[in-house]
Amino acid sequence: MSNEAVLHDNHSHEHAHHDTFITKYVFSQDHKMIAKQFLITGMIWAVLGGFMSVLFRLQLGYPDSSFPWMEDLLGKWAKGGHITPEAYYALVTTHGTVLVFFVLTAGLSGTFANFLIPLQIGARDMASPFMNMLSYWFFFAASIIMMSSFFVQTGPFSGGWTAYPPLSALGDASPGSKSGMDLWIISMALFVVSSLLGGLNYIATILNMRTKGMSMTRLPLTIWALFFTAVLGVLSFPVLLSGFILLIFDRNFGTSFYLSDIFVNGVGALPNEGGSAILFQHLFWFLGHPEVYIILLPAMGMVSEILSVNSRKPIFGYMAMIGSLFAIAILAFLVWAHHMFVTGLNPFLGSVFVLLTLLIAVPSAIKVFNWLTTLWRGNIRFTPGMLFAIGFVSLFISGGLTGIWLGNSALDIHLHDTYFVVAHFHIVMGVASMFGMFAGIYHWFPKMYGKYLNNTLGYIHFWVTIAGAYMIFWPMHYEGLAGMPRRYYDFSIWESFKQFQDLNRFISVVSIMVFAVQLLFLFNFFYSIFKGRKVTTLNPWKSNTLEWTTPINPGHGNWVGEIPEVYRWPYDYGKDGVDFTPQTTPVGEEESQH
Amino acid sequence: MTTTAPYNGPQKIHPHKFTMWVALGSMVMMFAGLTSAYIVKKNQSTWLQFDLPLIFWYSTGVILLSSITMYLSVKAFAAQKMAQYKGLISLTAALGLLFLLMQAYGFRELDTKNIALLGPKSNSAASFLFVITFLHMLHVLGGVIALLVIFFRAFTKNLKNNSVVPIEVVGTYWHFVDILWIYLFLFYNWIG
Repeated sequence: MSNEAVLHDNHSHEHAHHDTFITKYVFSQDHKMIAKQFLITGMIWAVLGGFMSVLFRLQLGYPDSSFPWMEDLLGKWAKGGHITPEAYYALVTTHGTVLVFFVLTAGLSGTFANFLIPLQIGARDMASPFMNMLSYWFFFAASIIMMSSFFVQTGPFSGGWTAYPPLSALGDASPGSKSGMDLWIISMALFVVSSLLGGLNYIATILNMRTKGMSMTRLPLTIWALFFTAVLGVLSFPVLLSGFILLIFDRNFGTSFYLSDIFVNGVGALPNEGGSAILFQHLFWFLGHPEVYIILLPAMGMVSEILSVNSRKPIFGYMAMIGSLFAIAILAFLVWAHHMFVTGLNPFLGSVFVLLTLLIAVPSAIKVFNWLTTLWRGNIRFTPGMLFAIGFVSLFISGGLTGIWLGNSALDIHLHDTYFVVAHFHIVMGVASMFGMFAGIYHWFPKMYGKYLNNTLGYIHFWVTIAGAYMIFWPMHYEGLAGMPRRYYDFSIWESFKQFQDLNRFISVVSIMVFAVQLLFLFNFFYSIFKGRKVTTLNPWKSNTLEWTTPINPGHGNWVGEIPEVYRWPYDYGKDGVDFTPQTTPVGEEESQH
Repeated sequence: MTTTAPYNGPQKIHPHKFTMWVALGSMVMMFAGLTSAYIVKKNQSTWLQFDLPLIFWYSTGVILLSSITMYLSVKAFAAQKMAQYKGLISLTAALGLLFLLMQAYGFRELDTKNIALLGPKSNSAASFLFVITFLHMLHVLGGVIALLVIFFRAFTKNLKNNSVVPIEVVGTYWHFVDILWIYLFLFYNWIG
């Protein structure tokens, strides 16, 4: 553990130890390398998860057609070129699990918390680089185990990403509930450990390792957002873990926490007594809802930063931005039961959760207002990163508005488990956070690799993705309002849903196109690492934050010589007629006050 | 924002100690989740009422004692009384192991009373007691392992130059698992 060296700010912090290939690229303790490891692992999962959605969208769009290539690819899971119901559910489940946890939690927080925290607060590395490394390798192990569940005979877990019992607790409930579920739960337990190790480190680093002058109110909003994200994770993941532990006992040791004497076809009545599946839902959603914000907050933070830098204007309402992040973080813990309005929840309790849920609209609206006012009359530079940041704001508004519908327990009786919900959470959480992640990648790629991403490909990527995202998810609202349920394998046998066949086909075609454009982004990413235009200036975006004071390709330790001192907040853009004033510039005597 | 006081003090708290405190918060959430689930389930009609194993009273005394020896060993280390430190740290670890044995014995006591902890005949009341106590035991085991690590470091390294931080971090953790057990024990007695 080289933390002691990191703690002392000595001048000659040239790292004398010689890195081998293994210590530099594999078991690295450099936060920047660990960030890249998280990013690339997350990208691999994003491609796999996205491809899964293409496969099940083909089923939904073309239920009567057969695709012989699918049988070549999936074997018995797509007999006759037709995806089987079991495989369909396995794909939907794994798509949800990996996108929520592996891509938008590990891939997003793991990447940007690791990359940006030390660079933007002025630290040489994390509080514990060793724990940081462990965090990645736990995630890696979780990934390998999740991936291996594709290759067991009974297939991966297929009971939905929420893993509700009895499908998750009872091995006989479905093929995927057998060893696929064992692997799923082991993988998720490792993932929780990874998140906790990461989160502890992020919190300790932000609170203890800031450079001289970097008071909490001089932190970029990215750091504030990542801080609240880590707090949410550290407080909510353990509760999920406790839910999983009880689940393991029900699965393997015959206990009755969740299982009761239900009758199962082919098995008979279970010997269990008194178990409650609802208990699992409470434990799950106590994490599950904060998880939504674990996914969203990092994107919000990065978007705040990128909007300000590329509008050449200070962020509007810095303190209000922090306050609203704080309010969202608190409320995130108090709304979990809005996922459970139709479980027979006491209506009085339901109304409390309605109120608390709708309250989230207040800090969310503050954030949206501040983003828009930051853009207002700015000298906007439409870089691909900036476009994705603006796209995030658009999606957050569109998806947030439907949250007001769903947060209402009376409306939820009709909308629950319909495509309306699918549309809502994909727009507000899935695609929006993905846009935040893309914005972050385009914006910080020059710092990560010392190269630029190709702009033309970036613009194609943005326009096709945003248009596609709306074309995919907007129509789903109407399907949901008409009562079309989610999770169904085939709608063609219902007279009432036949009217949506063409719409479903349209959604499927667009999702294939959007997936193809993500491959274009992937090409851009890897091509640019090696062959991209080289960054030749220290501060290509003319940004105020500390990461741009490091060398173009910073080594382990980030700064050559002393860590710079900070004298001001990070949003002095256009102040006193000066385009930008980095945080390292001392406050002049003539300078105006805020 | 430019007028706020600059942050330029020395580290107020060592990052590793701070990390441990945050980690404790995380563990609190895990046990809070489990004991909340316990309260929810307790309202069911099938809930089984039974007495806690008698030995849990004694094991509570043992773990309390181990906290005292832990406290004294940190003090001994700070005073550079190394022989005393080594003695106390091994005593703490031994008391930790004794606690684990007593807990396991408590489970056997329930078993002899025909209260099934696991399996299809088990009642959630007993299963909860087992799962929560077992998880606490794992945490104590982790503490014992950490104690053994710093114990062996006491022989292999020159202690005079050694930092007090790892010992204090382990000490904080040890007191935490102690307090956690007290909480669980009171919880079982009063709520359960």
